[in-house]
Amino acid sequence: MGLELVKETWSSAINIVEIGQTKDAGGSRGSIITVGGETGLPFLHSESKTLNKPVTVFEIWDVEPDWPDNLKSPFGKNLKNTLDWAKLCKNEFKAKGLCLRLAGAHPDYGNKTVDELAKLVENLLKQIDLPLIILGCGDDTKDNLILPKIAEVSKGESLLFGSAVQDNYKTLVAAVLADGHNIIAESPIDINIAKQLNILISDMGMPKERIVINPTVGALGYGLEYAYSIMERARLAAFSGDAMLAMPFICFVGFEAWRAKEAKANEQEVPNWGSLEERGILWEALTASTFLQAGADILVMRHPEAVKHVEKFIDKLMEKN
Amino acid sequence: MFIIGELINGMYKNVREAIAKKDESVIMNLAKEQENSGASALDVNCGPLSKVPVEDMKWLVLTIQKASKLPLAIDSTKPEVIRQALEITKNKAIINSTSADEERLEIYVDMALKYNASLIALTMDKKGVPQDKDARLELAAGIVAFAQAKNFDINNLYLDPIVLPVNVAQPQLKLLLEVLHEFKIISEPAPKTIVGLSNVSQGTCQRSIINRVFLTMAAAHGLDAAIADPLDKDLMDAVITAELLLNKNIYCDSFLTAYRKK
Repeated sequence: MGLELVKETWSSAINIVEIGQTKDAGGSRGSIITVGGETGLPFLHSESKTLNKPVTVFEIWDVEPDWPDNLKSPFGKNLKNTLDWAKLCKNEFKAKGLCLRLAGAHPDYGNKTVDELAKLVENLLKQIDLPLIILGCGDDTKDNLILPKIAEVSKGESLLFGSAVQDNYKTLVAAVLADGHNIIAESPIDINIAKQLNILISDMGMPKERIVINPTVGALGYGLEYAYSIMERARLAAFSGDAMLAMPFICFVGFEAWRAKEAKANEQEVPNWGSLEERGILWEALTASTFLQAGADILVMRHPEAVKHVEKFIDKLMEKN
Repeated sequence: MFIIGELINGMYKNVREAIAKKDESVIMNLAKEQENSGASALDVNCGPLSKVPVEDMKWLVLTIQKASKLPLAIDSTKPEVIRQALEITKNKAIINSTSADEERLEIYVDMALKYNASLIALTMDKKGVPQDKDARLELAAGIVAFAQAKNFDINNLYLDPIVLPVNVAQPQLKLLLEVLHEFKIISEPAPKTIVGLSNVSQGTCQRSIINRVFLTMAAAHGLDAAIADPLDKDLMDAVITAELLLNKNIYCDSFLTAYRKK
């Protein structure tokens, strides 16, 4: 008698979220990102369907970022101009989507004006036809000024906006809802808050199919296992019918990985850690690969070589097993 | 918890009158109200006084299906009434119920297989309701063995240990809770367990609190389903909270609302 594998069958699936609107549908994007639809734990193809491939998107900033040199080098002087940076990601690194972090809006980091940033997004949309994720600067008061304006000027493009948090979600949700975009619901590695925030956002009338969960993750060596277990627990609940956790996950892998000292300490400092060049890339790639196994749908990444490794790994995972 | 709403029953005056007058709105409202309050299925019983039970049951089923998509538990002591109702149910139905007597099991297991229905089986036989735990367990094992021999999917079998009123059989309730555990180890996959909840408070002056406390205790003993009144909000809140404390749902501040949004 052959070995028979025990297969789990679940009653519910993850919602499907579409980011970006093509010309035919009233937007101006050349392609869209479709995520979600899983009917079981990731990549167990004989047990459930991974309807849509997880995607990587490149993180870009509205100002030159304060990144370590080994992360800046592949982009060169393009980092000084958001549009050049975006073009490089699309043309050279074959990006499937972009995530614009409006770091320069922060009162302590440039304090860019609402109009300035709205203009930037309009230009970006005009010149680059990739689906777009827009992140605020992290200052609630400022974000509540800039994000609604940007939602308005990008109406019809079905972008993904972030982030709604438990103490500050109403303004952003109202803006995103009115202008037909999608929203990131962010919780601090806390499944109870993740669920509660989704309830609060849906109570405002936001369809569940327009919410993406940012569970907040940690890099390899910095709480990765904890974030992994939260995501896994949310998924198990979602597949068992918990509609308030059945949203796709977005993971800010680049943000986390490049904060780790292992990704940026040079060879003189730690000679036995090996090449810094490879180490940084691997730190980001390994962090991303782990969250793919936990159910990540969108990975926001930074280093093009790390993205290349992860894309290859995704293709491998999508093969029948 | 799988709650089967108990309010569409000819024992109740409003239902009895609605059947007599063929007043669809009363039945449709009862169906909708129970669904909106969190019922997972609806019990349908035309009552012991019905002179034409087949017709009355069919009318109830058709009327309910106009208002609700929930599965129906077809509740009758007469096989022909149940069979004819199963002919017209749109969703997977539940047969309520068979006893442990072989001749009844023969009829109802075959019927459940034919109509792809779930089956509620009472652990009682011609001799009546057993007075102790072991006798209940023995009947339960007999029911499971019979169903297995017929290749009936045990996931679709609900065993009912028969809850008696607290003012009639007080010493038995503790044993009933214990036997819920034991039913679960009869087979793999395990049969599901169900109680007719309102029976526990029959004839008492404090029905709601007795029902509520017994249901949370039964939930802690692994109960899967109950035939109960979903419009009793305190009861539903208690069972949602019990399941939360048993780690069946993930906590959030609005957990009562969240559960009802499912």
